[in-house]
Amino acid sequence: MPTINDILIMLPEFFLVTAACVLLLADAFMKPAERIYLHWMSIGVLIVTGYLVLRYQPGVPVTAFNGMFIRDGLSTILKLFALLSTILVFIYGRPYMVDRKLFVGEFYTLMLFAVIGVMLLVSAGNLVMIYLGLELLTLSSYALVALNRDSSLSSEAAIKYFVLGALSSGMLLYGMSMVYGATGTLDLVQLHTAIPHSAMPHLLVFGLVFMVIGISFKLGVAPFHMWIPDVYEGSPTAVTAFIGSASKLAAFGMAFRLLATGMGDFSQHWQLMLAALAVLSLAIGNVVAIVQSNLKRLLAYSTISHMGYLLLGLVNAGPEGYSAAMFYAVSYALMSTAAFGVILALSRTGFECENIDDFKGLNQRAPWMAFLMMLALFSLAGVPPMFGFFAKLLVLQAAIHAGMMWLAIVGAVFAIIGLYYYLRVVKVMYFDKPVEGTEVRLQPDFTLRLTLSLNALVLLGLGLYWGPLLNWCRQAFVG
Amino acid sequence: MITLSHYIVLGAILFCVSVAGLFINRKNVIVLLMAIELMLLAVNINFVAFSRFSHDVAGQVFVFFILTVAAAESAIGLAILVLLFRNRSTVNVAEIDSMKG
Repeated sequence: MPTINDILIMLPEFFLVTAACVLLLADAFMKPAERIYLHWMSIGVLIVTGYLVLRYQPGVPVTAFNGMFIRDGLSTILKLFALLSTILVFIYGRPYMVDRKLFVGEFYTLMLFAVIGVMLLVSAGNLVMIYLGLELLTLSSYALVALNRDSSLSSEAAIKYFVLGALSSGMLLYGMSMVYGATGTLDLVQLHTAIPHSAMPHLLVFGLVFMVIGISFKLGVAPFHMWIPDVYEGSPTAVTAFIGSASKLAAFGMAFRLLATGMGDFSQHWQLMLAALAVLSLAIGNVVAIVQSNLKRLLAYSTISHMGYLLLGLVNAGPEGYSAAMFYAVSYALMSTAAFGVILALSRTGFECENIDDFKGLNQRAPWMAFLMMLALFSLAGVPPMFGFFAKLLVLQAAIHAGMMWLAIVGAVFAIIGLYYYLRVVKVMYFDKPVEGTEVRLQPDFTLRLTLSLNALVLLGLGLYWGPLLNWCRQAFVG
Repeated sequence: MITLSHYIVLGAILFCVSVAGLFINRKNVIVLLMAIELMLLAVNINFVAFSRFSHDVAGQVFVFFILTVAAAESAIGLAILVLLFRNRSTVNVAEIDSMKG
């Protein structure tokens, strides 16, 4: 029987579900001119949820509903940053959506439901919860990608995302069914104890392979990355920013729950699989990004390489590696929201500002925006003293401590190759002549500019003062 | 006598058919949706079989959730398909290739 304690542990989720339903209903009675209230109410709801997540922090992991739901340090950090990046996406995305007549209630309610999916996914204590959280997130994301109903690109991206997403869910489920068959339990903690006594270890490895494939699809790791560039390019940029930040945090949470919480003692089997996937995505992400002329596509390939770095942390299969990977996921979420935020701030009606040529001579037209973009790109590239540099350093260190020196060397080499295409954009912004017909008119929204500036400056600030965040990430995995 | 392995082999065959349907099919997006449904049903057979033979009811409960989510998934898939047809006037997989690189 659920007790009041169970409900208290899940209070942030309950609050967000209720609030999302209320907002869905409220939207039906709103006139288009009043939709701005929906915008601020959604942001308020997310802030209150963040407060509820922070307010009660158990010292030791606690579970609710018979182990279905786990609340621990990892879930707290991932939830907070997922909520934060969604708030940022709401703020950056509003002028963009208004310009394109996409400023509709569905955008807000679908995003809120996707965030609930993220929160359930990172707190899942059972294979059923992982599946349901994941589907809540991805089904909302499919609809969000297709939000621009009259755009041919948007619907093409949506169908590709849908088919490959459904395929990956199927793979994941098939793996889950094998693991269930080999151990006879769906609970992740019981799974952890049942694995050494399994009567069918081959079935277990078979299931693990399918689960790793499913996780790789969701993270967007090569060779399962085909959907990433098309979805990034085709969907409305505000949605891309969400898929590039909060979804990645969720995918990391899912990978941790399945591989570490569930199959931690089985790590000798998945470590090498992840190492191979990491090398492939570092290579494909960094090399193919060089030839891109569309900035959203370039950032998509950069995502693929970043997910490769995240895997370097997971390969370690110990608290050090997990905390490094989580630090990386958090830093990536903040960096990508900043980069997409600049694209959103420069876009206007009939002009997407997504080609690299559109950024030519940006410094002469909007020096502050060019500076913010430079901060975001330097951080993505991992130039010291930016935030992204320390994140990369930590995952490389984790790979070395796992006894995989070669992997760390590969990671460092591809970081240098990757530097080229980030610096190319910086060079275009600062040293090229502007192209006629791409006049930059900044979005006049003051909140957007202020938040975007803070977002980008935080990347520099956390690069200089990263100790507290790292300690917080490390504490999540103590014990 | 039908044993557990018969069910697992059936599940594996259905799963392979659906994956083949996804990758070999170059004609129609609707066939892709059918393949996705088949894939989930293959998983359901696995879950029910394992659940029956290990005397644990949790697997069968999972099947109910998968069936429900599959319904929602195909609803969204068909909605996106309608959208695609309205914008493109085609559901041919080979023609949905305007983004490359």
